[in-house]
Amino acid sequence: MTRPLYGLLAEFRSPGDLVRAAHEVHAGGYTKVDAYTPYPMEEVIEALHLGHSHVPKLVLAGGVAGLAGGWGLQYWTSVIDYPMNIGGRAFNAWPAFVVPAFETTVLFAALAAVLGMMALNGLPQPYHPVFNVPGFATASRDRFFLCIEAADPKFDREATGQFLRGLGAEVTEAEE
Amino acid sequence: MSTPTMPTPPSLGRLQRNGLAFGAVFLLGLAVGFFLDRHQFFRSYLFGWLFWLGIAVGCLGLAMLNQLTGGLWGLVPRRFHEAAARTLPTMAVLFVPVLLGLGSLYVWSRPEVVAADEIIRSKTAYLNVPFFVARAALYFAVWSGLALLVSRWSTQQDGGIDPARAGRLRGVSGVGLVALSGTTTFAAIDWGMSLAPHWFSTMYGVLFIVGWTLSALSFTIVLMARLSRESPMSEALQPGTVHDLGKLLLAFTMLWAYVNFSQFLIVWSGNISEETPFYVQRMHGGWGVIAVVLLLFHFALPFALLLSRPLKRHARSLAIVAGLMLVMQLVDLYWLIGPDLLTQGRGHAPLRFHWMDLASALGFGGLWLFLFARQVRTRPVLPLAEPAVRALVDGPQGAEVVTS
Repeated sequence: MTRPLYGLLAEFRSPGDLVRAAHEVHAGGYTKVDAYTPYPMEEVIEALHLGHSHVPKLVLAGGVAGLAGGWGLQYWTSVIDYPMNIGGRAFNAWPAFVVPAFETTVLFAALAAVLGMMALNGLPQPYHPVFNVPGFATASRDRFFLCIEAADPKFDREATGQFLRGLGAEVTEAEE
Repeated sequence: MSTPTMPTPPSLGRLQRNGLAFGAVFLLGLAVGFFLDRHQFFRSYLFGWLFWLGIAVGCLGLAMLNQLTGGLWGLVPRRFHEAAARTLPTMAVLFVPVLLGLGSLYVWSRPEVVAADEIIRSKTAYLNVPFFVARAALYFAVWSGLALLVSRWSTQQDGGIDPARAGRLRGVSGVGLVALSGTTTFAAIDWGMSLAPHWFSTMYGVLFIVGWTLSALSFTIVLMARLSRESPMSEALQPGTVHDLGKLLLAFTMLWAYVNFSQFLIVWSGNISEETPFYVQRMHGGWGVIAVVLLLFHFALPFALLLSRPLKRHARSLAIVAGLMLVMQLVDLYWLIGPDLLTQGRGHAPLRFHWMDLASALGFGGLWLFLFARQVRTRPVLPLAEPAVRALVDGPQGAEVVTS
C-alpha cells in the first residue's frame, strides 16, 4: 500500500543554485514551498517571498501587555492597595515605575517572540514527512533542499518533477 | 591593482558650493550680531559650533568603530565618516572665538565672581582659564590626530588591502575609541556642564557621547538617502545596509532615552538641592514644553516609527526619521545648555530664543557642510578594495551569493 505523497524534495549542492532555483520556483507560481539549509539564508526567504511572518505583531502585543501589566501592578500596589510615604514623594511616583515597567515590557515581548515563533512554526514537531527522504539529514551539514508540496494548486507529479530537475536538482518524492 | 576610478556624485559639488554661500550669509548675520549684543553673540556661537562639532566627532567614532567591527553599515559610508572627521582641525580653529568670549560664557573665568563664590573657589584647580585652554588643545590634538591617521591608512588600503596595515588600523581604532570617549566626556564637562559651575552629573559626558553618535548616524542616513540616486552610491546602498543603519538609529534612540532618563531618575530619587536645580529649571515654563517636545519627538515618535521593518529598509523613509532626529538633537542641545547660557548657572531664566541662535546653527551648518563636501571630494567615495564593497558595485556576476 502506497502512502500519500507529501511533496517533491529537490536537493542542491550549492547555496547559489538554491537561490537561483528559489527565484524560478516563485516565478513558476508555486506558493506551498519551503527550503531547508544548513544555516539561515535571507536570500532564499526573499526569493520565495516567505518573509511575511505574524511574529512581529505578537511581539508588539506582548510588549504592550508587559508595559500595561508592569505599570498597573506598581500603580495598584503603591497608590491603591498599600500607599506608603517614601521620602515625602507622591504615591503615584511615576519616575520610579519606569524601570520595572520597561523590564516587564522586554520580558513579555521576548516571551511572545520565542513562544509565538514556536507556535506559528508548529514546534515542537517530532515528525515531518521530509524526514522520510534518505539523506535529508545533510540539510544540516552541506546540502540545500527545496520542497514543493503536493497540496500546491500548481503541483503536478510529472511536470513539477521535470521543472525541478531542469533547475539542476536531484529530485526525491517525500511520502506522508 | 590599479587605482579605481569612480564618479563622485555631482550633488556633492553642489553641496560644497551652496554650503559655502549659505554658511557665509548666516555667519555674516551672526557677525553683525556681535556689534549689537556681544554676550548673545558668544552664546549663540557656542551653540551652533557645538552642534556641528558633535557630528564631526560622532563620525570619527563611527569610522573607528567600523574598523573594529566591520559591516556594510559602516563600510559603505566609510569615506564620508572619514571626511567628516577631517573637518576637526578646522573646527578647532573655529573654537578660538569661544576662548575670546570666555568671560561672557563661563562665570568661573571671571576673578570677581570666583572671589565671591566659595563653591567655585573650591573648583579652581580644574576650572581655570590656562588649564581649560590646555585641555581643549589636547582634545583637538587627539581628535585631529586620530582623524588624519585613520583616514590616511584607510585610504592607502585602496591600493590593495595590506593585512599589516589593517591590523594597525584596528589597533589605533581600539585605542582611539577609548581616547575619544575620555576626551568627549571631559569636553562635555568643560564646554557644557561648566556653564553652571555649581551643578554636576557623572552622566553628563555620556549624554554627549550618545547624542553626538546619534547626530552622526542621522547625518549618515540623510546623506546616504540623498546620494542613493547617484552613481556609485545607487549600486552600493542596498536595502540590507539601510536596514542595519535603521537598526542602529533605533538602538541609539533608545540609548539616548535610557541615559537621559537614568540621570533624571537618580536626581529625582536623591532629591537633594545640589542636583535638582538642573531639572527644576528645565521642567517648568517654556523649558518644560521643550522637555515634553523632546520626550515625544526625540523618543516616542521615532521609536514607534523605527519599529517598522519596511521603514528601516527604505532609505528615503528612514531619512525623514533621521532628519527629525537631527532637528531634535539641536533642540536637545539648546535644552541642555540654553538655560545655563542665559543664567550663567545662577537663578532662573524663562525660555527665550534669539535670532542669533538660528543664524549660528544654520551658518555653521553651511560652513561645515562645505568643509565636509570639500574633504569628501579629495578621495574615492567608496573603499573599493574591500571585497564586500567591490561585490556590491560589480554586481552579482562579480561575486558568489554573499552569505552572512
